[in-house]
Amino acid sequence: MLKDQDRIFTNIYGHEGADLKSAKARGDWDGTKKLMQKGQDVIIEEVKASDLRGRGGAGFSTGMKWSFMPKESKNGKPSYLVINADESEPGTCKDRDILRHEPHKLVEGALLASFAIRARACYIYIRGEFYNEAVALQKAIDEAYDDGLIGKNACGSGYDLDVYLHRGAGAYICGEETALLESLEGKKGQPRLKPPFPAGAGLYGCPTTVNNVETIAVVPTILRRGAKWFAALGRPKNTGTKLFCISGHVENPCNVEEEMGITLRELIEKHAGGVRGGWDNLLAVIPGGSSVPLIPKSICDTIHMDFDSLRAVKSGLGTAAVIVMDKSTDVVRAIERLSHFYMHESCGQCTPCREGTGWMWRVMKRLVKGDATVSEIDDLLEVTTQVEGHTICALGDAAAWPIQGLIRHFRPEIERRIKEFSGKRNAA
Amino acid sequence: MSVREPAKNQPKEFKFSSENLKKAKAIIAKYPDGRQASATMPLLDLAQRQNEGWVSIAAMNAIAEMLEIPYIKVYEVASFYTMYNIKPVGTNLVQVCRTTPCWLRGSEDILNTCKKKLGIDVGETTKDNKFTLVEVECLGACVNAPVVQINDDFFEDLTPQTTEKLLSDLSAGKKVKIGTQIKRTNSAPVGELTTLKEVPKSKGKSKKSA
Repeated sequence: MLKDQDRIFTNIYGHEGADLKSAKARGDWDGTKKLMQKGQDVIIEEVKASDLRGRGGAGFSTGMKWSFMPKESKNGKPSYLVINADESEPGTCKDRDILRHEPHKLVEGALLASFAIRARACYIYIRGEFYNEAVALQKAIDEAYDDGLIGKNACGSGYDLDVYLHRGAGAYICGEETALLESLEGKKGQPRLKPPFPAGAGLYGCPTTVNNVETIAVVPTILRRGAKWFAALGRPKNTGTKLFCISGHVENPCNVEEEMGITLRELIEKHAGGVRGGWDNLLAVIPGGSSVPLIPKSICDTIHMDFDSLRAVKSGLGTAAVIVMDKSTDVVRAIERLSHFYMHESCGQCTPCREGTGWMWRVMKRLVKGDATVSEIDDLLEVTTQVEGHTICALGDAAAWPIQGLIRHFRPEIERRIKEFSGKRNAA
Repeated sequence: MSVREPAKNQPKEFKFSSENLKKAKAIIAKYPDGRQASATMPLLDLAQRQNEGWVSIAAMNAIAEMLEIPYIKVYEVASFYTMYNIKPVGTNLVQVCRTTPCWLRGSEDILNTCKKKLGIDVGETTKDNKFTLVEVECLGACVNAPVVQINDDFFEDLTPQTTEKLLSDLSAGKKVKIGTQIKRTNSAPVGELTTLKEVPKSKGKSKKSA
């Protein structure tokens, strides 16, 4: 288990204040100017050496992403850092705790990351429902301005940075980086075709890096304690600590910061009080937020919680939101709820997703009751493959994967319902 | 996709209050010159707060004129994002989370409690205009499920009993406790902490020496 002195978010539960004085007492804003004096390229190299992978779900190398940004402005265009605080992936509520209890880690990270990628300004896009969290973060931003930590000559470094907060308004799709940029520009949140990638043409057509809240908030600690310390935690290429959200059928649902690569069983039993009714009462787990396929108990018994281990079992670490389902769960209904979610949140731009998510949900609704034929399971699987990979953004994939996971691991249960339903109908 | 229609009865006029006009100017200044369209969302939010929780077409027009952008651009944004209410709502907008993590922990019971207590169905407003009931997708507080958002505040770890009491208290105009409704600190596990037990109150120094 991760030692307390290796935890980055020491106020994740809000036992202490989120204000600047309390944050400084916890070690935030300690020698930030010195870190900046190392220079942009050293910072990027250090983040690369830490093997930090993006905490928003895709797990792309953060240092690599930063290195795509131009070192000098072309045609006078400024660069931007945009922080994705549009946390909406079902099961995920980790960034919320950073925003309300550790906002100074985020603001300090925003300064260091903006400096490293040579950004002129930083916009933080926070989901609209997080009103109180936005108030807490704005307070931290105001405190940082008043203390000279950001703004003109930030931390006395000679570098100027403005940090602005922008509230969303209830669209899950704005967590997709290019939809987020559209939204920030005052439009509907409909994803853009890539390329060009944001590092080439992002916000207002200018070079932009979009990073998740947790990714940015761990940067100051990595720079302070060194890439070696971070890279020594976890497993190769899956380094560091990670905030996990454990929800569903556990005794004590909670958020917790643990070492990357911890086993799922240890995570649930040490921190969440175990599965309701004991480990043997476990049915399945969605290990990384609603977009990743579920894994049945047989895989849960031994799986490690990191990007590569979960990919090897055709699932994913995603946002590390662990949704636990015990044996009392109607697993078809649990996935049907997710299908409804994706139907509701499809932006409507690409036909396979706009029409497909509704079609898949309607079939899923019938499968819950068993009101279908066995061949329709194959039809459904076929449609998921026609949506997957045929849309501008990954929402189509995300809508397809939970259904694919369900059919992969629980096909006998779906067939049982169909037989039972048709038996009842024939008897009637 | 969620498709929504604006209210049939629309007020003819909308004007920002002088206080909100000042706020609007400060909002527009957050974005680069010529990029004032970025202020569409925050201005819709501002208008909604001024206008009893919903945005009329007159308000959308006023925002378009203020930002010097076509009306349709504001209509598009107002109808795309579900947090802009384009129809009137009750004083308390009760938003029950329906997505899987909340559902696993009993969100259906919470929804049924709301329906029964308020005597309305999803999408309806009580006769006294105190409550509008809606179902929403994941609110992002899943380790505190089931969750209901009422206006700006989250109410977490609900049971049918605490939900009923919450609605009674709101109806009576009493002050209510936001956040978790059980004995726990935010997203920490119930009972004894499993982490952060040995961290001294201020640990800046221990961090550096490690």
